[in-house]
Amino acid sequence: MTLVVETRSAGVVHSAARGRRRRQRLTVLAFLTPWLLGVTIFFVYPLIDTLYLSFTRFDLLSPPKWVGFSNYVFMATKDPQVRTAAYNTFWLVIVLVPARMVFGLAVATLVTRLKSGLGLFRTVFYLPSLVPPVAGVLAFVFLFNPATGPVNQVLAALGLPEPLWFNDPSLAKPSLVLLGLWGVGDLMIIFLASLLDVPREQYEAASLDGVNPWQRFRFITIPNISPVLMFAAITGVIAALQYFTEAVVAASVASGQATTGGGNSSLLGYPEGSTLTYAQWLYNMGFKNYYLGYASALAVVMFVISLAVTLVLLRRARSLVYGVEGTR
Amino acid sequence: MTTVTAPATDALVERTVDRRGESRMRRRRRLVFVADHSVGIAVAVAFLAPFVFITLQAFMTSQQALTSDLWPQSWHPENFVEVFSKAPMWLYLRNTLVYAGLATVFMLLSSIPAAYALSRLQWRWRNVAFVVVLMMMMLPPQVTQVPIYVMWTKLHLTGTLWPMILPNLLGDAFSIFLLRQFFLTIPQEYADAARVDGCSEWRVMTKVILPMAKPGIAATAMFMFFFCWNDFYGPILYTSENPDNWTISLGLASFRNLYQVQWNLTMAATLLAMLPVLIVFFFAQKIFVEGITLTGVKG
Repeated sequence: MTLVVETRSAGVVHSAARGRRRRQRLTVLAFLTPWLLGVTIFFVYPLIDTLYLSFTRFDLLSPPKWVGFSNYVFMATKDPQVRTAAYNTFWLVIVLVPARMVFGLAVATLVTRLKSGLGLFRTVFYLPSLVPPVAGVLAFVFLFNPATGPVNQVLAALGLPEPLWFNDPSLAKPSLVLLGLWGVGDLMIIFLASLLDVPREQYEAASLDGVNPWQRFRFITIPNISPVLMFAAITGVIAALQYFTEAVVAASVASGQATTGGGNSSLLGYPEGSTLTYAQWLYNMGFKNYYLGYASALAVVMFVISLAVTLVLLRRARSLVYGVEGTR
Repeated sequence: MTTVTAPATDALVERTVDRRGESRMRRRRRLVFVADHSVGIAVAVAFLAPFVFITLQAFMTSQQALTSDLWPQSWHPENFVEVFSKAPMWLYLRNTLVYAGLATVFMLLSSIPAAYALSRLQWRWRNVAFVVVLMMMMLPPQVTQVPIYVMWTKLHLTGTLWPMILPNLLGDAFSIFLLRQFFLTIPQEYADAARVDGCSEWRVMTKVILPMAKPGIAATAMFMFFFCWNDFYGPILYTSENPDNWTISLGLASFRNLYQVQWNLTMAATLLAMLPVLIVFFFAQKIFVEGITLTGVKG
């Protein structure tokens, strides 16, 4: 008797649990359906199609025509602009990203040392990073314009040389770096939060041991904030790989030509190709000239590089993926 | 006599040495304070100077804008009105608001449930799905641009704002990531209590979690709105051939060459494009700062 009841109730429980689990699975599916569609339509399909199109000649008017590796061969051997573009983007990765990180950390450290008016200083340093990129570039091309710009007025008043900034091929990229440093506020906020998270006791223990400020920074601060530095470095590199807006607008405004009209290719990357980035060249080949097969090949190369960078992040991101402990 | 005074002088000497050390410490601390704040003020001035110079320029006459003067001889606030007659700024504003507004609403509708499933529900492929979110977030848009552009061409939607708005109906990776981080900070007990009371998962989300996640949702919505407001790549890719659908970013990028060669009106337009973002920031500073802090998660 008891045995029968037990088995029956166990069976009921079992099927109830199974029903609950199925309902749970359907719930998850319902919550995820839009996103799953998004992954398919805007991620998986375009990645595969890009790879296919990179082996074709395609101009949007006639169907893609298989051409084997010739897009890649053209990229590696014949296209002189792609080398300039890749060099400029690489330059931004190795100069802009570290410069922003060092400056962001310096400003954040400064803010932690300001005993009064911390909130006000933080606001002032953060503010420029909110400025729309196009507005920021316009402001900087005006500020640094060689003829009447305030920067050169000040330099002249101090008896210093007056460079051509955005109009000088060797200074156009450094001028863009200055713009990037002005907008360092987002990094500064992230660094500031992690600096304030470093346990006080470690600093106190160190001061008992009589370490100097540099050692304190090197052996206590840096190890404590290194995960945040890592994340900032990787997202910075990814952003630098697709550097586009600032370069396009700086070139067109400094050269005095419209950005959106005909697309005068001789002014691409003005001055002298010094601001032509890889993303800009891809845009120009694909969506101005409609060499969509070639643009796809450029995209595949970009994908391989950004994937390598992302994998470094994912390997570091174990704590981020597994469990709540890794999040702030 | 001497035997009595000796310890007293000793104590006195000790105390003065102590006091001297203390005052030296205090002086040192004051010097450090002054040094830190001097550097702070200098850097703050450098950060604010661009705003000051472009504002001064925006108030100049067109004649004076051709000179190297830094200070306006007379102030011309009517420059800001003239910007609207030089370029179709209201049209740009409307297009930008349509783009940013719809994209933000669509993003919330699709990304909140996805972020909820990624943070509050238990299922087998959850960690894999989160890795996919991270990969989509890190993928430069140029990588998948060609097929997506071809798709919109086939739908005859290039030249409109829809290619930038509609994808948000199917989730935005960065927003999902950010919302997930916010949802994870809410204690599990509240949701469990509601489940014991027999609430469906949808009700748990809308009645329990979302009210508690309001600041996070506000921050995510604001980031999305300003991403669209600032976006230049999307508009130039899809609408550059059709000036009726230009956004503020696109109009501003062409302003100096199409409508105006002098800097005064260009800087007035630049200020107008910055203003909404800065105003919203002053009203919602806390939300912004909390949100940006969450984007820098420990890896």
